[in-house]
Amino acid sequence: MTDKKLSKEKKTDKSEITLICRCEDVTLEEIRDLIAEGYTTAEEIKRITRCGMGPCQGRTCRELLLAEVARALGEKVDKVAPTRYRQPTKPIRLGGIIEGDTNDLG
Amino acid sequence: MKVIPMTWAKAVSSCSLDNLPKTADAVVIGGGVIGTSIAYHLAKKGFGRIALLERSYLASGSTGRCGAGVRQQWGTRLNCLLSIDSVRAFERMDDELNYSRSIEFKQGGYLLLAYTRREADQFKKNVLLQQELGIPVSLLTPLEAREIVPILSTDGVLLATFCPTDGHANPFHVTYAYASAGKRLGVDLHTFTEAHEILTESGKITGVKTNKGTISTNTVINAAGPYSGVVAQMVGLDIPFYPERHQILVTEPVDPVLGPMVMSFSRRFYCQQTPHGSFIMGMGDPKEKPGFSISGTWEFLVEMATEITKVLPPVGNLSVVRQWAGLYDMTPDAHPILGPTPCEGFYLACGFSGHGFMLAPVTGKLISEIVCDEEPSIDIHGLDLGRFERGELVIEPSVV
Ligand SMILES: Cc1cc2nc3c(=O)[nH]c(=O)nc-3n(C[C@H](O)[C@H](O)[C@H](O)COP(=O)(O)OP(=O)(O)OC[C@H]3O[C@@H](n4cnc5c(N)ncnc54)[C@H](O)[C@@H]3O)c2cc1C
Repeated sequence: MTDKKLSKEKKTDKSEITLICRCEDVTLEEIRDLIAEGYTTAEEIKRITRCGMGPCQGRTCRELLLAEVARALGEKVDKVAPTRYRQPTKPIRLGGIIEGDTNDLG
Repeated sequence: MKVIPMTWAKAVSSCSLDNLPKTADAVVIGGGVIGTSIAYHLAKKGFGRIALLERSYLASGSTGRCGAGVRQQWGTRLNCLLSIDSVRAFERMDDELNYSRSIEFKQGGYLLLAYTRREADQFKKNVLLQQELGIPVSLLTPLEAREIVPILSTDGVLLATFCPTDGHANPFHVTYAYASAGKRLGVDLHTFTEAHEILTESGKITGVKTNKGTISTNTVINAAGPYSGVVAQMVGLDIPFYPERHQILVTEPVDPVLGPMVMSFSRRFYCQQTPHGSFIMGMGDPKEKPGFSISGTWEFLVEMATEITKVLPPVGNLSVVRQWAGLYDMTPDAHPILGPTPCEGFYLACGFSGHGFMLAPVTGKLISEIVCDEEPSIDIHGLDLGRFERGELVIEPSVV
């Protein structure tokens, strides 16, 4: 099956969608489309789709995204530039920061 | 799952890794919003072969780190004129650039809050100037301000100004929109390509040396953002500006509750809700020293949280998902440096002092006019590098 056919089918049959980023609802098809357009760094794809920018900070999708970029470039995953982790590692309530509410830090 | 062959992505890649052209009619250094806008506008004018060099990926510099606010409420005539022009361009951008996604331009307005007498007086002057130039701004009492932003605490607010056509856009999409439109017009985009040296002969540009080879050219446009000083040094030019770290954070997304960007100069903060639902907010730090550091600090989180929960109390219930920092490229008068230099063929488009995102459309247009030897459609002679030597600074009073 060609890739094009694959993504068409997936668009019509929702149950077939491969979700990569669960916080921001980013699908594998969207990522492949972007790579095909020439966005071949994980940082760019993250910024266009918000993949990995949700509350969980890319705990699952970060690796999946890197693997997809590596596959497209024909590189090993460890040769592909990873996206940056940003503080805080877990979401903290703004109000909690001033109250020194460490409960929020989990 | 199907394995995509290696050549598949390379064939369509925006980063032409190995084929740096031998010659170009113009080389733009910097793949931020300014460089991509300039490259697009030059290509649109049919200037010839244009190469854009970006040492990392597009929008990896200040552009991808910015608040991306767009306002017309300025204190100098020139900044007003430049931003009016840019707002018109943002309004039409998706169509003009035929962008396949959206630049997410939200015109929810800017609500500026005055907390000091001095600031209130300045706002009254600004509003007269802005109205004279046709900007639809109005002066509001604190209660009127709260009608526009119901979650606003009016404590300490003396007055406010509001312009409904101000707003913000998505900085990545704006950059990619210019880059892809430029590419369709023939611009060569070279990412992961760093300018190392600029070649000159008898005070004229002859080429640019990069990590991927040398390009011969008579025209170089310096759009390297906070690194423009380093690039200008490559032709022996000292430009009076310095990089300054500014920090920013984003929260989890929630339903729309905040229409405008809310901002205060004396308290140095700004806060907006993006179309995605997240809140983006930042604050300037008067103790910040010039430098290239872009690490985020815990102190910023505490200060930002303290300030924003006073001004927009319900925002205190939102969680911060990410914080980061970027650099402002500051000039002594908080106006950009645009135009030719004593080195023939070397042009500057830098020194945006924290508002280069909103000036990108008009900057691309004006620089392309100047490079093509046309009279710029807005008179920006006063923004040249020479103003610092002549002592003709154009001080902007209204910045964070
Ligand atoms: C926290 C923060 C908030 C901001 N908020 C706003 C706002 O609300 N509204 C607004 O209008 N502006 C805002 N700004 C300012 C705005 O980000 C900048 O003015 C604007 O992005 C400048 O764009 P640029 O293209 O000149 O610079 P950059 O985006 O920095 O682009 C310059 C590029 O040049 C590249 N480069 C450098 N040296 C070389 C070299 N030797 N060879 C090749 N490439 C090189 C860099 O990698 C970089 O990508 C904010 C900035 C920050 C930090």
